[in-house]
Amino acid sequence: MTSSKRRTGRRSPLATVALLALGLVFTGGAYAAFSTGTAQAEVEATSQQTIEEGKKLFQANCATCHGLDAQGTEAGPSLVGVGAAAVDFQVGTGRMPMQMQGPQAEQKPVQFTDEQTKQLAYYVASLGPGPDIPADSLVNGGGDAANGAELFRINCAMCHNVAGAGGALTEGKYAPALNDVSGVHIYEAMVTGPQNMPVFNDLNITPEDKRDIITYLQYIQDNRSPGGFELGSLGPVSEGLFIWIFGLGTIVAITVWITAKSN
Amino acid sequence: MAQDDNGGTDIAAAGSSSHEQEVAASPGTAVVVADGFENPGFPPHRKRVTDEDPKKAKSAERSVYTMFYLSIVGSVWAIAAYMIFPMESNNVFDVRLNNLFFGLGVSLALLAIGFGAVHWAKALMHDVELVDERHPVRGSEETRAGAVKVFQDADQESGFSRRSVIRNSLIGALVVFPLPAVVLFRGLAPQDQDPVELLSHTMWAQGTRLTLDPSGVPIKASDVTIGSAFHVIPEGLNELEHHKLEEKAKAAVLLMRLNPEELNEAPDRADWSYQGIVAYSKICTHVGCPVALYEQHTHHLLCPCHQSQFDVANHCEVIFGPAKRPLPQLPIAVDDEGYLVAQSDFTEPVGPSFWERH
Repeated sequence: MTSSKRRTGRRSPLATVALLALGLVFTGGAYAAFSTGTAQAEVEATSQQTIEEGKKLFQANCATCHGLDAQGTEAGPSLVGVGAAAVDFQVGTGRMPMQMQGPQAEQKPVQFTDEQTKQLAYYVASLGPGPDIPADSLVNGGGDAANGAELFRINCAMCHNVAGAGGALTEGKYAPALNDVSGVHIYEAMVTGPQNMPVFNDLNITPEDKRDIITYLQYIQDNRSPGGFELGSLGPVSEGLFIWIFGLGTIVAITVWITAKSN
Repeated sequence: MAQDDNGGTDIAAAGSSSHEQEVAASPGTAVVVADGFENPGFPPHRKRVTDEDPKKAKSAERSVYTMFYLSIVGSVWAIAAYMIFPMESNNVFDVRLNNLFFGLGVSLALLAIGFGAVHWAKALMHDVELVDERHPVRGSEETRAGAVKVFQDADQESGFSRRSVIRNSLIGALVVFPLPAVVLFRGLAPQDQDPVELLSHTMWAQGTRLTLDPSGVPIKASDVTIGSAFHVIPEGLNELEHHKLEEKAKAAVLLMRLNPEELNEAPDRADWSYQGIVAYSKICTHVGCPVALYEQHTHHLLCPCHQSQFDVANHCEVIFGPAKRPLPQLPIAVDDEGYLVAQSDFTEPVGPSFWERH
């Protein structure tokens, strides 16, 4: 009797858990709503708050090599005047911060959120004028793929391969494959010349021509080789290897079969 | 005559001292085995299953003619596939389907004949081991003397040695005979101009503007930012009606801007660049591939064909690979309107070496 009365007077132990969960959901939700709201307000190119946030991120993550004011040190170049596009490319593809010193900064998982990348980019852009992050209309295709293909063959194919499969350079450097690079990163690479890639400014290749090149690359991403196996599009190296292994292997197998005694 | 008993094997050293038994040995042979291996003959003949079991023979026969019928099917399929998958639609993927299925049919037709024939020979044809003795390479003395006689007779009868005028005229005719080929190949070169002259000069001349490839838009010096690489053709190339590609192949230029402090210039070429902007022939001096893999940090140019490397900061000297000469530099300047122009043609022939090159 008493025990049942006491039980009715108390909350169930599960109620505590439920209450706790409910509280967490509400505070977390409210926090998320609050933080996305401020994030959208923050990533404004000229906003002082964006630049301040970017400066903090920069000093915490980049200053070791590039100097406290991005003036450059022995270990890293000055970033004054490289522009927002360079930062968005290097940080947005995970090349920066660099994992280790080497012939080439490798692409690796991205270390910053889009928002932080933008903050860093606009902080660096505030230090000196440089190429800006391109407009969506220039990086989403819709241009003349044929013109883009001609420009790609003249300006890019010698390093990146005519099908954008990438290629080797000197002393361990290489031109990366372009088959899953976003339009905005292709555009930014052209205007900023990351690492050993030369710069292709707007007077060399106009923004519309750059859009055509991106259109061509997107076209060959969507329309794979019509001639059968492409074997990495690398040309004679991979094709020769294939013939040596599979072609000659088949011939050897047939020769063995012909000379074996029938039983 | 004492002869050592070498554990039962009779081996006598050839050319051994005279107290040992003479053996028939040709000079220069180190050892002669007195008793060689006996010819072991054939291993016992092993009959095939098809020889012993008529059922198996029947089944082998069946698979052979099935192969041949399959070949007919393949041929017919190839013809059918050519019609079923037409390639008139201008779509490359249709060509792919046509090629794929037509090719599969033809492959089946040929492979089935081949496999059928080999299987027939292996399983059903007469199966017996044979020896085909290899005869000595050297002919007998009579044969050799006979051969010499044939040549002597031929010489006698034709009078080849005796009639020296005829003989010499024949030799003369044979010497002159390849000359038409030389003339023929010479005919492939330009007729109205000296090919050496053509190889030694390009479209570049004093005041020719540097323009963008392929649009032909002139380039201002201020357009070229540090780290840039421009692919350049001479002004007026796009308007050429004849030999446009030949001219482009000689005149193509790569324009780069380096930090002037990093540029290491010889005094006699100090005015060939403009504020760190340098222009070099894009044609490799090894075998003429386009060298355009420019690394803007190291200032190295790489040729993708044979990995020649040129150092742009040091007048494109060769730092690796098979190329023998630096890339020719195009002397450039800026005209009144700020456009980049050539000071002159290249001062040496572009591209691979050739005999008459100076």
